[in-house]
Amino acid sequence: MKKIIITILFFFVAATFIQPVCCYAAADMTGRDEQDIKEVIESANDAPLSSAEYLVVNIEEKNIAKSEGIAESPIEEVTLMTHDSFSVSEEVVKDFEVQNNAKIRFLKAGDAGEALNKAILSKNNPLADIFYGVDNTFLSRSLKEEIFISYESPMLKYVDDKLKLDPEYRLLPVDFGDVCLNYDKRWFANHNIQPPLMLEDLVKPEYKGLLVIQNPATSSPGLAFLLTTISRFGEREAFNFWKKLKVNDILVANGWKDAYWGKFSAASDGDRPIVVSYASSPAAEVHFAEKNLEEAPTDVVTSHGSAFRQIEFAGILKGTKHHNLAKKLMDFLLSRRFQEDIPLQMFVFPANNSAILPDVFKKHAHITKEPALLPYDEISEKREMWIEKWTELVL
Amino acid sequence: MDRARPLNKNRVLILLPEIFAKYFPRRPAILAGFIPLTFLVLFYFYPLTGIFIRSFFDQGNFSATTLLKILNSSRMAGIFWFTLWQATISTILTLVIALPCAWVTGNFDFKGRKAVMAISTLPFVLPTIVVAAAFQALMGSKGVLGFFHMDGSLGMILLAHMFFNFSVVLRITSGFWSSMGRTLPMAASMLGANPLKIFIKVTLPMLAPAVFASSILVFIFCFASFGVIMVLGGPSFTTLEVEIYRQAAHLFNLPVASALSLFQILFTFFMMWIYTSLQKKNTTFSPESEKFSLKKPESTFEKCSVFCVVLFVIFFFMIPIMALLIKSIWYKGSISFLYYSELFLNTSGSIFYISPLNAIVNSLLFACSALVMAIIIGVCAVYTIRTSGEKIANILDPLFMLPLSTSAVTLGFGIIITLDKPPLNFRTSPMLIPIIHTLVAFPFVVRSLLPVLRSIPASIKESAALLGASPLSVWMHIELPVIARALSVGAVFAFTVSLGEFGATIFAARPEYTTIPVTIYKFLGHPGSLNQGQAMAASSLLMLVTAAGFIFIERFRDTVGHEGF
Repeated sequence: MKKIIITILFFFVAATFIQPVCCYAAADMTGRDEQDIKEVIESANDAPLSSAEYLVVNIEEKNIAKSEGIAESPIEEVTLMTHDSFSVSEEVVKDFEVQNNAKIRFLKAGDAGEALNKAILSKNNPLADIFYGVDNTFLSRSLKEEIFISYESPMLKYVDDKLKLDPEYRLLPVDFGDVCLNYDKRWFANHNIQPPLMLEDLVKPEYKGLLVIQNPATSSPGLAFLLTTISRFGEREAFNFWKKLKVNDILVANGWKDAYWGKFSAASDGDRPIVVSYASSPAAEVHFAEKNLEEAPTDVVTSHGSAFRQIEFAGILKGTKHHNLAKKLMDFLLSRRFQEDIPLQMFVFPANNSAILPDVFKKHAHITKEPALLPYDEISEKREMWIEKWTELVL
Repeated sequence: MDRARPLNKNRVLILLPEIFAKYFPRRPAILAGFIPLTFLVLFYFYPLTGIFIRSFFDQGNFSATTLLKILNSSRMAGIFWFTLWQATISTILTLVIALPCAWVTGNFDFKGRKAVMAISTLPFVLPTIVVAAAFQALMGSKGVLGFFHMDGSLGMILLAHMFFNFSVVLRITSGFWSSMGRTLPMAASMLGANPLKIFIKVTLPMLAPAVFASSILVFIFCFASFGVIMVLGGPSFTTLEVEIYRQAAHLFNLPVASALSLFQILFTFFMMWIYTSLQKKNTTFSPESEKFSLKKPESTFEKCSVFCVVLFVIFFFMIPIMALLIKSIWYKGSISFLYYSELFLNTSGSIFYISPLNAIVNSLLFACSALVMAIIIGVCAVYTIRTSGEKIANILDPLFMLPLSTSAVTLGFGIIITLDKPPLNFRTSPMLIPIIHTLVAFPFVVRSLLPVLRSIPASIKESAALLGASPLSVWMHIELPVIARALSVGAVFAFTVSLGEFGATIFAARPEYTTIPVTIYKFLGHPGSLNQGQAMAASSLLMLVTAAGFIFIERFRDTVGHEGF
């Protein structure tokens, strides 16, 4: 008898756990507003009686309330698909939603490469209306797959021409970041060594065993750094440079996180004072410090073509059912409202010239004057070959 | 006439099972097998077939060139060879350290026994990147143990595999060991056998099924190792799983990625098939309750062993965990909860901010539904294997293990292209998260349950039935109490796998359903010491939640398991 009671109890507990998940699922299938469902669940948790009936009744009530709202002005939903590093302020999103009587749904589909591949795989039955986050190393692959439709946004007039890589405006530049060397200021001061000034310095004996980089085969800053050397020295000389770098005892990590949080002396217990990261990383170091820092603990090397510009693009996916709204969202992504939100959310630079940078960026982030750039079709044509050559040489 | 009617009715009732048995041989097996098989077909085989077809049939024609290219490539051969031998060595090393500990926890009752089990299971939920940071703090060139020079070496990979998988062997073997009881070894001792002989001739043969079951789990886990190799091994080491990820997500070379995935799946199937074929012989014995089989350590040797095991667990598991905890509360030379309080603030006003409480609720929600589903599916799978014929069981058993060694990227791509239309529109459904967790978790239930179930002698059940017990009460009073212990082991792993899993949330691509591991990764996405502190704080919370879950599961098992003995 006791056991039967326990079994019943067990199923009851199990059911209460499963129920909310089913609710989420129901919301998903019928396209209901999740917020509503969440609210209902929250209120159900607060309520003394959190039974199944209560949930159902409450959802129905909400629905009736909502359908009345719909009768007045239908809320259109637009979906933005992106990668894990994407972020935006809630207020900025609300602004767009209120102005256009719309709702933005966000999908985060893995890292930059994975998310783009998912967008390509689902091209016959697209998951979203807009894709945000194709960078210049993936540009020609995504254009070849023909998953974007052309849209020449009026907001493009605020964007530097150098950033507009697609002449047919299928992919519009939204932000950029410069991949470059970061170094630990305190380490260099303590050891009385001059920090490096350009790429060439790295092969000097005094910098032996100081640099940690990322594997270009698995990391996008890693690939950008390989491209920097190719852009700086030309293909053949670049690989000679890598030979010398290898002799100078560089350390290779698989991703940015392992390099920065595991090996870089300024951010971890690692012992490498130079790391490949972004030109905005010192600003992030200041912004995400516990106390207000006067000075960033790290600095960057961007002169003499030693920083590679990664440009991120967004585009409207072919097969969208919300043409006008998608276009409006595209304009909004390029508008000052969104663009000024970019630096502190994603720690990259806005593409819009008129966007004002936050103070911490003005003080601690560096805009590279002459970034290293490679033609994007050359990148896509040779990237696999370069990566393979690099792997053979360095690993 | 009046007496004949009930008799007739009874006769029909008695005949009914026979009729069933005649027309539907092994019908219960078919019914039970329906659940796990449907689940696997829908969420595993269908997406995988989709992506394989898409990759291999280029423009309608089968392109065998990629397959041939891979077969001839010496690089791929090297990768496969490395994958195989590192998994083998990792498994052996894990067994070497875990079996002595399992002997102690499976035979002796001492203070802190449960703590030892819980602490050694905690690493299972930690994101690799966090463990890597802890290892770096201890064993990097600046760390306390820096003189080992383990950085980015093969040693680090093996050590991490041992660190993560120790508890799999410990829990499964120790649970089984404690149910074996001391009657047989004692009888052998009375007959004059020395302890070594008893161990080799009596204990080991009885224990073998559990040891094999746990080592095959560890082997498959290490064979499909991804995070450890990527983060701790560094780029000079590549396993099949890493290569699949690289080909699929960075080079978009789908045919190669699919071919490698297919190869990985077939190889796992083959390994499992050999394993199940070797596992036909299973010693049966009357299982005993933990209460009777555990004893207090008496001799000096026994006391020493208990002491050594506790010391080992503290050294190997507690120190890295403590390093994390200290980092999360240590701020500018004093103890502070700044990082924890900071977790509750959305300082950047981001729309993707989620409070740690919500993340914990999400994580627990997914973990509990994964646990329930994994147990239902796992138990059904086990009874199907048990009751179906040998040939079918030999195929089913390996089949149920496949999800453990399947590349997440490949499966994710498969889901994108196959589960895209109603009624199976799961591409962005949050239900996908517990489903994927269940896929990885239920093999644990199967593996921990099967050896125990097989050890129950048929004679006990038959005598109970002869004494008039209904099939239900036979199950309730004989099988359930015995398997409850193994079931709780399976439940612990299902729960932990789900809590620590990171990839499935990417499958569903829904930022609203952020779990704790995803939060940790998010903090580590940008530079800044506050981010690092918060990542450590979130990791500590994750461990806390997991430990609480263990306590709950053990309590629950205690109320069900010990009765009837």
